[in-house]
Amino acid sequence: MVGVLEVLEGMDSFVLLCLVGLPMLGAVILLFVPAGALKVIKVVAVTVSFVVAVLAIYIFVSFDETAGAVQFQKIYRWLSLPGPWGAGDDAITLSLGIDGVGATMVLLTGIVMLTGTLISWNIRESAKDFFILYFVLLAGVFGVFVTFDLFFFFLFYELSVLPMYLLIGKWGSTSQFRGFTRTKEYSAMKLTLVLVAGSVLVWIAIIAIFFQAGIGTFSILEIQKVSNNAFSPTFQNIFFPMLMVGFGILAGLWPFHTWSPDGHVAAPTAVSMVHAGVLMKLGAFGIIRVGLVLMPTGAETWMPLLIVLGAVNVIYGAVSAMGQTDLKYVIGYSSVSHMGYVLMGIATLNVLGMSGAVLQMFSHGIMTALFFAVAGMIYDRTHTRDTLVLEGMAKRMGVISVLFTVAGLTSLGLPGMSGFVAELLVFIGVFQSYGLLGTILGSAAVVGAALTAVYILRLLSKVFFGPTPEMWESQTDSGSRELLAAGVLVAIIFSVGLWPFPYIEVIESGVNPILAMIPGAR
Amino acid sequence: MNDFSLLIPEFLVAGLAFFILALDLFIKENWKQHLAWIGFIGLVVILLISLFVESDGQLYDGLLEFDEFTKFFRIFFLVIGAVAVIISREYVHSKLKYPGEYYGILLFTLLGAMLLASSAELLTAYINLELLSFGLYVLVGYERYNPKSNEASVKYILLGAFSSALILFGISQIYGILGTTRFDEMSVAFSALPSIYPGLAVGFVLMVSGLGFKLAAVPFHMWAPDVYEGAPLPITAWLSVGSKAAALALAMRLFAEGFFTVLGELQPVIIVIAASTMVVGNLLALVQRNMKRLLAYSSIGHMGYLLMGLAALVPVVGNGTTTEKLSNLVSNGLLFHMVSYGFTSMAAFLCVIVVYNKTGRDDIAGLAGLSKRQPLVSLVLVCALFSMAGLPVFVGFASKFYLFNAVGGQGLLWLVGLAIVMSLISLYYYLMVARQLYIESSEDNSPILVAFPTKLILGGLFGVMIVLGVYPAPLMAAIQRATDAIASGNLLSLV
Repeated sequence: MVGVLEVLEGMDSFVLLCLVGLPMLGAVILLFVPAGALKVIKVVAVTVSFVVAVLAIYIFVSFDETAGAVQFQKIYRWLSLPGPWGAGDDAITLSLGIDGVGATMVLLTGIVMLTGTLISWNIRESAKDFFILYFVLLAGVFGVFVTFDLFFFFLFYELSVLPMYLLIGKWGSTSQFRGFTRTKEYSAMKLTLVLVAGSVLVWIAIIAIFFQAGIGTFSILEIQKVSNNAFSPTFQNIFFPMLMVGFGILAGLWPFHTWSPDGHVAAPTAVSMVHAGVLMKLGAFGIIRVGLVLMPTGAETWMPLLIVLGAVNVIYGAVSAMGQTDLKYVIGYSSVSHMGYVLMGIATLNVLGMSGAVLQMFSHGIMTALFFAVAGMIYDRTHTRDTLVLEGMAKRMGVISVLFTVAGLTSLGLPGMSGFVAELLVFIGVFQSYGLLGTILGSAAVVGAALTAVYILRLLSKVFFGPTPEMWESQTDSGSRELLAAGVLVAIIFSVGLWPFPYIEVIESGVNPILAMIPGAR
Repeated sequence: MNDFSLLIPEFLVAGLAFFILALDLFIKENWKQHLAWIGFIGLVVILLISLFVESDGQLYDGLLEFDEFTKFFRIFFLVIGAVAVIISREYVHSKLKYPGEYYGILLFTLLGAMLLASSAELLTAYINLELLSFGLYVLVGYERYNPKSNEASVKYILLGAFSSALILFGISQIYGILGTTRFDEMSVAFSALPSIYPGLAVGFVLMVSGLGFKLAAVPFHMWAPDVYEGAPLPITAWLSVGSKAAALALAMRLFAEGFFTVLGELQPVIIVIAASTMVVGNLLALVQRNMKRLLAYSSIGHMGYLLMGLAALVPVVGNGTTTEKLSNLVSNGLLFHMVSYGFTSMAAFLCVIVVYNKTGRDDIAGLAGLSKRQPLVSLVLVCALFSMAGLPVFVGFASKFYLFNAVGGQGLLWLVGLAIVMSLISLYYYLMVARQLYIESSEDNSPILVAFPTKLILGGLFGVMIVLGVYPAPLMAAIQRATDAIASGNLLSLV
């Protein structure tokens, strides 16, 4: 037993490298598997996903929340940049490490990755290409959460956008409405271009940060040390909004959110799960990791705007969701609405709000993954997502209905589920901050939660519970593989909802040092 | 005393060219398809030799200068030239007559490019530039019975001759005022001048226009799409990489050693050209339906990024000193992006060549369903396009980041912003090609067979794109040595 522990401890410094490397390795292995060997492809895909998920859980569990700070650190030199600062040998380093916020996000990604692989079991067309792109996407996501170097942060950030076009364009689905059609190619192009447009702003800001810091390194931890002296308030006020909007686009920030419903609806189930569940969090994570940490003064100036935009997100997303007749569009707009809570929570700049925001990122990730998984199950069976056509599904799809109900109730913030804890923290945080503005926006956010209840309950009563028309009599319920995937997600929703303290402790250990940097943090 | 051992690689390339021309006369028709292999193996051997040839000294009283910069470009040209020779193999065999002359002339253009990188005097540079261009004029029109090829050739000759005249006129202006055409003496003469005479500015602008023609910079880019479309495909590939890299090599040495002291004042000229080049190239690429024209405009866009680097190549304060020297960061970025563009372009062109050889189509719609018909080519092509768009993990991402970052540090953040936005726009048309490859399907689903050597080259270029993207440190070390060589002699005292 001791031997095993020692091996594990020795491994600790490589654990993050494995986390990023394993999905990559999986993609490379799949590259050499013949496209016809469907069984081998599936075995490789599930094995890699399972190992990565175990690794993610290991990292979260062994993260020492009392110590806080950055753990599992490991720095590899990559490239030197000569300049006024000298040879710049440490200019670009693969600087791996993880803090409380990152650990929570890694756990989320590991779980969603595994469940996503299980859900996409039935992909027949070019399964090999699908899993290669899927793993590249996830390598990028993991990379963002565990990197403390701006160059690699940006590299992984872009890497997670790269496969999206093909994933949606090839395996996605086109939506038919009465008046118009939204093709998957259109949605894929829109998503890719809008997201890359966001990273244009981020890229410019990163270059500016590098030269303004003037110490010849991209390391976030190093730049953080000099940020007070090097970045004047004017500089921060100019470049913080670029980061805020650039990352915000990926987080579904209003009015740049329109890629999100279209993209998520067109994407195949597993990609919707990862994209809405995890990728949108990269945006919020970027605001925290790069924006707040490097430009605290700029953050203080612009946070009132972010909290207002976040509130608009909440209300606008909820109202839009009410008007949708496509199951996935309802979920897509509800994501926009829920990401609003995350943005509001970050904008509060106090411990409760920020912790709530991160917990909401986690909770929403799990919940949306469940939502999209269930929507995928329904679509696989009925070949429609039209809420006007789907009726009384509970009779033949009992388990699926229960799963959807759980996701729906989490979404509207029912106590006992993860959404309640997260949203409650955000609400308290918002009410505590910005005086009257905070009170008004906090009330708006609560109204948003009520609106969520309206469209979710209406959906539940219409689509699942009620008389079953004859055409849906011959449907089958979920299989054991689907149930396993969804069951994992449901279990986590309840575990967070009933006993959130382990999660909150880890998150707070990450949030506290960030807020300590901000002079006017409340 | 001239030490001619410095020129060994150049002599060998010239010898190889004559050998292939002569051999063509004596061998049977069905043996001629193997000439490509002779050329390829010959170039690989020369490449290995030139790795060990001493490259430090001068020839002909300083007309040719040999340093790490020369060596770097020499190796780069030999690699790209060898690839250009071997990817011509099937194309020449099936589409062109007289293979011996084709390879012979191709090798002479390679020789011109190699010599251009070591030219340290304006007239020598001009002669080498002509050696490169004359070969290309012939090669572009090599498909004699194809009207498009003829049109391309005439266009290229007329505009090429015009630009040569511009360069010569520019040289005469500069000689008239400075009294020298040697780069190192020019630099000294500049610092003695009280201010920049209008005549000098005219000379500089004329020279930049001439070089701009070679680089296909806006507004001297009009020839590029037509010539790209008309020329035999492997020549298009060589033209878009070899000749442009040669022009860049000349421009860098000229700027770093000749115009060094006055670059700051002349910077706006290049900034305007760079900005318009990347905007026009990328915007016009959006509406193209032919793969060759798309790559032509996309390469114009890339030249815009490189010109942006040239514009930023102004003296800066060196490491902890009070002297100004050329920014290593920018010149490194230039070379890095050039290498990245070179290999990526070659990969993209090879894919187009393979498809054209088998299907006879070079329009974008002709690529539909390629992922089913030929997965390897499709994978390499899509990766090459992603690399050009600047997406990780390919070399294009690292090189763009490096170059843009370096330029941003020179106070040109707005120009970098423009370049990044253009990069975003370029993503659209690259994705449109990716869509044909992976999403659209074609009626004809018969597999496209690719010969094993071609697969090896494809795999090699793919490997280079990934390896340089993931681990560029060794390449950057070589680049650092190269740029140190041209920046070393020049220090401006700030006092």
